[in-house]
Amino acid sequence: MAPFPTFTTKQLVDLLRECAGEDEAVDLDGDILDLAFTDLGYDSLALFNTVSRIERDYAVELPEDVVGEAGTPRQLLDLVNAGIAERV
Amino acid sequence: MSGGGTASPRHVITGIGAVAPTGLTCADYWSAVLRGESGIRTLTRFDPSGYSATVAGEIPEYTASRYVPGRLLPQTDRMTRLALIAAEEALADAGADPSAMPPFACGAVTAASAGGFEFGQKELEALWSKGGKYVSAYQSFAWFYPVNTGQISIRHGLRGPGAAVVAEQAGGLDAIAKARRHIRSGTPLMVTGGVDGSLSPWSWLCLIRSGRMSASPDPEAAFLPFDRRAQGAVVGEGGALLVMEDAERARERGASHRYGEVAGYAATFDPRPGSGRPPGLRRAITMALADAGMAPADVDVVFADAYGVPALDAAEAEALAGVFGPRGVPVTAPKTMTGRLLAGSAPLDVATALLSIRDGVLPPTVHVASPAHEHLLDLVRDAPREQRVSSALVVSRGQGGFNSALVVRAAA
Amino acid sequence: MEGISEGRRVVITGIGVVSPGGVGRKQYWQLLSAGRTATRTISLFDAAPFRSRVAAECDFDPAAAGLSRRQARQWDRTTQFAVVAAREALEDSGVLGQSEPYRTGVMMGTACGSTMSLDSEYALVSDEGKSWLVDEFHGSPYLYDYFVPSSMAAELAWICEAEGPVGVVSTGCTSGVDVLGHAADLIREGHADVITTGASDAAISPITVACFDAIKATTARNDTPETASRPFDRTRNGFVLGEGCAVFVLEELEHARRRDARVYAEVAGHASRCNAYSMTGLSDDGLEMADAVTAALDMARHDPAEVDYVNAHGSATKQNDRHETNALKRSLGGHAYDIPVSSIKSMIGHSLGAIGALETAACALAIEHSVVPPTANLHESDPECDLDYVPLVAREHRIATALSVASGFGGFQSALVLDAPPRSAA
Repeated sequence: MAPFPTFTTKQLVDLLRECAGEDEAVDLDGDILDLAFTDLGYDSLALFNTVSRIERDYAVELPEDVVGEAGTPRQLLDLVNAGIAERV
Repeated sequence: MSGGGTASPRHVITGIGAVAPTGLTCADYWSAVLRGESGIRTLTRFDPSGYSATVAGEIPEYTASRYVPGRLLPQTDRMTRLALIAAEEALADAGADPSAMPPFACGAVTAASAGGFEFGQKELEALWSKGGKYVSAYQSFAWFYPVNTGQISIRHGLRGPGAAVVAEQAGGLDAIAKARRHIRSGTPLMVTGGVDGSLSPWSWLCLIRSGRMSASPDPEAAFLPFDRRAQGAVVGEGGALLVMEDAERARERGASHRYGEVAGYAATFDPRPGSGRPPGLRRAITMALADAGMAPADVDVVFADAYGVPALDAAEAEALAGVFGPRGVPVTAPKTMTGRLLAGSAPLDVATALLSIRDGVLPPTVHVASPAHEHLLDLVRDAPREQRVSSALVVSRGQGGFNSALVVRAAA
Repeated sequence: MEGISEGRRVVITGIGVVSPGGVGRKQYWQLLSAGRTATRTISLFDAAPFRSRVAAECDFDPAAAGLSRRQARQWDRTTQFAVVAAREALEDSGVLGQSEPYRTGVMMGTACGSTMSLDSEYALVSDEGKSWLVDEFHGSPYLYDYFVPSSMAAELAWICEAEGPVGVVSTGCTSGVDVLGHAADLIREGHADVITTGASDAAISPITVACFDAIKATTARNDTPETASRPFDRTRNGFVLGEGCAVFVLEELEHARRRDARVYAEVAGHASRCNAYSMTGLSDDGLEMADAVTAALDMARHDPAEVDYVNAHGSATKQNDRHETNALKRSLGGHAYDIPVSSIKSMIGHSLGAIGALETAACALAIEHSVVPPTANLHESDPECDLDYVPLVAREHRIATALSVASGFGGFQSALVLDAPPRSAA
């Protein structure tokens, strides 16, 4: 875990909205950190798009199976921030 | 009269969804048609200056998120969103709820031409200007030919037979005929037709290479089928989706509409030029009538293919006069108000024909001021013509030699 | 085509193939029966920047295959494949000149149409995406043919002297199976007596590779391209993109008998279903594919016990292999364990829309030779895939009924049943 996380929940939510849209039945501004992506209306394709965008925007390389490994926003944030810490 | 409309139909159209440059609902489109209002305009989607063709039947900007779920927006081409709007309207109009029906009771067959070409352009641009990593995960299906069938089936839980057919601009009728085949084979409900559109710089280049696009910049003079001033086609976006049901099942569930039935259909292909053999359009019409068990005199109106290319207009006028006799049947081309909608045109004509049957009115052909084939065609010009309509022939051709004809008939 | 079956029967009287590993029906069967693989490092373009760099490419020389320079320049590779395979099928069947043009049709399947030409033409007219050129006459004069995939069917119609129903059926990766079902329907319903049908795809190009990279559907096993396609194996990790084409002459049985045509097989049943679940994903239960299999067998009037061979979709994604295995168990019951099931994608990759036609050709040839082609590269099955996948080596086996299944993006699930040639009515 990076001491100064540079990738925040808000940034993730913004990218999810942009890359994969938003399910009307879900409040992405609520407490979503530990909800499953599937419960937030996001399937693997949605995550592939979002992860690819994160990798480009933040110049990080995430694990090959990141979409399988990160089942929740918190898990994805941790992986991204670990990647960012490694890069620094 | 050779049995036209006497036997009880085995299948029936119970729902219509239409999207067109003149309206995003069937009712809006139909009232614009009856007003003779054209949706052909100078392109605004992109700057058309510098291209030889500059007008199109463009659907005005609308707030897609009002109609299409947010999760679907990043993964759909513009024409797929329009198809989702039309499918939802058609099923609502039919009062059908596929999720309440048995698992494989409902299917979908749509017509396509180039797929989600605008979406594809965006991804090609990302690929070539920035690199493969910039290509969307959704490119794997958002552009492809059966994308509308797939998205409609997911959105409405249609788990029966599914396909897309492509026969250039004739495929819309082929799709409806294929859906009828599935109904006959035991699938109770099919969503069918086509919604299409491809107004982006990349598709524009391809379309212009068809050699058939009108170069006129005047929206009122660019698309003039059967007019001495005709100089080419104008394309547009939109189309129609229909709910077709087994007649008995529709009756059982108390379907409120019975717009009509698909009584006859045939498709032919033109011979190789220079073969000395006749073109196939007339044969398609004759065979569709035979399939319907109808004589030419049983047909109340023809929705012409109306290409707007002089030689093609002449060929169609001669084929129609050959079957029906000179001025033997009213002929109309409401697509003069929308442009040719690629794979969406013929399904929209079928929808329009069903509305003509419902309301007893023939929609007009607009902008045609100097008719070219008056001795052959009784063209319904400028204003609607009120008369009883119990059957209509829809004709559709596709570049390359495709001819399809389909007869709809009141469901008695 | 479920339910239309009374009366007119439909048979295959000609086969033509363009495949990785060989152009022509005989070369194709030699490859499959030998269990050889035709997957390799991509050579059609520089794939170095991409995640997956292996593919099953056709060694296709347009001139050697009989195409003129004009045809090679004008036609997308997909159409070139289709024309060459159609010529072989027509010659094989001997039907040219023996069918009435009005009663003759063409129905082709494709997933990607002229993607390869559109990809390269886009790069040309946009200066590789850097600036959009508004000179509308830059680029190929044939752009419109690339835009609409039905141009391929139109080209074939002239070759086949077809003036009946002509068109394209596209259902993504089930196109090659569904187009045969559709063409057989048209013959059964009386719209035609003879239809040249099949499917072609040649989309090994940057945009295709990039979009499968984006969802990690293709394998990244770039170091061992020859063994990269591993359906049902526990080490499989994605499909290998392929290309190719198979074309058939379908004919109404009595029409074929009257001209004493050689019959490969009867198209006895077909059904398709949508999973209405995901454009790319598959649910584990395989319900829709199972229903397609059941409906196709019903139409062919077969019990599951009568199936002698299953040509699997077997794309070598974990999701597919498990979905399909469950679907076969659900539809064939306990018999699923007794029937040889193989995936030729292990040898020729996954040619998207074309593969269903290539697999149907494999079924027809398997019936002819009484040999089941193997699943190459299968050394240790995924524990959740426990059917008899005919690993590595072809197997002699009499086949009276073969089942081909397919699964594709869009949620399409399809099944086709081929029967050995019907005995003469005499």
